[in-house]
Amino acid sequence: MSITVRQPGIQTTVQDLGRLASQQLGVPVGGAMDEQAHRIANLLVGNADDAAALECALGHVALQFDAPAVVALTGRDITASLDGAPIPAWRAVRVHAGALLSLHNGCRTTIAIGGGLDVPIVLDARGTSLRAGFGGFCGRALQKHDVLSVATPSRRSQRIVAELELQSRTSAQWATSLSLLPCYSATPTVRFIPGPEHALLTDASRDALHADSFRLAPESDRMGFRFSGVPLTLTVTRDMLSSGVTAGTIQLPPGGAPIILMADRQTTGGYPRLGEVIAVDLPLVAQLRPGDSLRFASVTLDQAHALYRARERDLATASRAVHLRFDDGGERAR
Amino acid sequence: MIVWPHTITPLGDRALTIDFPEVDAATIRDLLRMLDARVGADAPTGVTARVPAIRTLTLHYEPTHTSYVALQSYISATLAGLTVVPGAPRDPVVIPVCYGGEFGPDLTDVAAAHDTSPADIVEAHTAGHYTVAMLGFLPGFPYLDGLDAALHTPRRATPRTSVPAGSVGIGGASTGVYPFASPGGWQIIGRTPVALFAPERTPPTLLQAGDQVRFVAVTDYELRRYAATS
Repeated sequence: MSITVRQPGIQTTVQDLGRLASQQLGVPVGGAMDEQAHRIANLLVGNADDAAALECALGHVALQFDAPAVVALTGRDITASLDGAPIPAWRAVRVHAGALLSLHNGCRTTIAIGGGLDVPIVLDARGTSLRAGFGGFCGRALQKHDVLSVATPSRRSQRIVAELELQSRTSAQWATSLSLLPCYSATPTVRFIPGPEHALLTDASRDALHADSFRLAPESDRMGFRFSGVPLTLTVTRDMLSSGVTAGTIQLPPGGAPIILMADRQTTGGYPRLGEVIAVDLPLVAQLRPGDSLRFASVTLDQAHALYRARERDLATASRAVHLRFDDGGERAR
Repeated sequence: MIVWPHTITPLGDRALTIDFPEVDAATIRDLLRMLDARVGADAPTGVTARVPAIRTLTLHYEPTHTSYVALQSYISATLAGLTVVPGAPRDPVVIPVCYGGEFGPDLTDVAAAHDTSPADIVEAHTAGHYTVAMLGFLPGFPYLDGLDAALHTPRRATPRTSVPAGSVGIGGASTGVYPFASPGGWQIIGRTPVALFAPERTPPTLLQAGDQVRFVAVTDYELRRYAATS
């Protein structure tokens, strides 16, 4: 089955969970900006959590389906419709042949389709590496009239559709628990683990980092989010040797405006590192719009790991629940 | 038994960085290459990626499969048994560069920063014998050791939002080539038509850590002809 792009939106790309292991070649990890939204969207349509899905920046996306399918939209502030009728986010939604799925509004919306998008595997992953121009759909953001192939849905995915058909419903009655959804906001507080150069901040800048809010600047992209606020300064200037960075690294270029490295970040960097946003709070950053603002709060590595492991347990529980309900033997188990 | 004094620092909650503040520049490259190879061969549970850099090795890990403490012990034990030997020498890879003008917008700034002429900067840059210290920042982006100390130049105060593919730059004590158009903070002194990365090639990168590199100056005409014929 295939999907025709009627409106590509501002930047819609095919993404998965990225290319962690190719970092030693200098290849950016890439993948979904909001991994949690990506994984839950895939869960809702019966896919493996790393199946390729669409990631849409803001809105104005329209997709036409040539065959029945199940989709799920996840992210912050989503407004979407199917042939003009509103559909809910964070639910499995049944799409009939010929239907037009429209995303009117959102921040970074994942659209997962049962079966997953069928694009070639390049360097062990299906995500689009925009800067290098490979992976995903022809190594680029989607354009009008592009036609995307969808892989054969799993049995689980087919059963999710079958249940909706049997119930004559468009959207599923079940969902993942609310506790699994990140607390998205236009003014979130994100937690970070202070990094090596945090100790070099002047007293005033350290106070500002922990107390002020930082506004997302428009010149932000999948590589890094730039923030404006009171310029931060270090007590000493150091020209540093490039070293590994990661998702959520808060860099401080000499201009004093911090940058949070995002999915398409470089593998290494040479600017001072104030710290790293913890994994469970990265979705809150990923879903910011230009003009939104965040505050930082520091936590320890142990606290971050406790939060991460708790989230992974919750995701595993949700995943087991979907398997129990829709996999072979699930009917008997109930 | 030899020990390699090191520090381990968390890089957020899914990565850590191993640093060797006391190891000299001559030894660090071989030490990192051998440690990286050992970790790759051991494939310790939960380690998802290795990123060797100029003086550090960063390991990414999955906290549900391992812990920071377990990795600290593994790293210390591995370093305790590591014997470091120099890598075999290789022929240099020659990279043609058109310096200055529209291709090297920062060449005059770099010359001014060192109180010299653009021609002297080009001469010093092409005279160098470089070694690939690491790949990073972008696919196939080489950080080159061996930059004449007279050419060391701080990064730009505010990174450019877009640097063209093939741009040759100086960032601090390193020089390198941007394989793709990208935001970047290095001082751009020239451009090469050579492709440093092609995902369909095996390996996909033109250069590997440890390779020798030379730059040769070419004219604007030669650059365009090279780009048209390759």
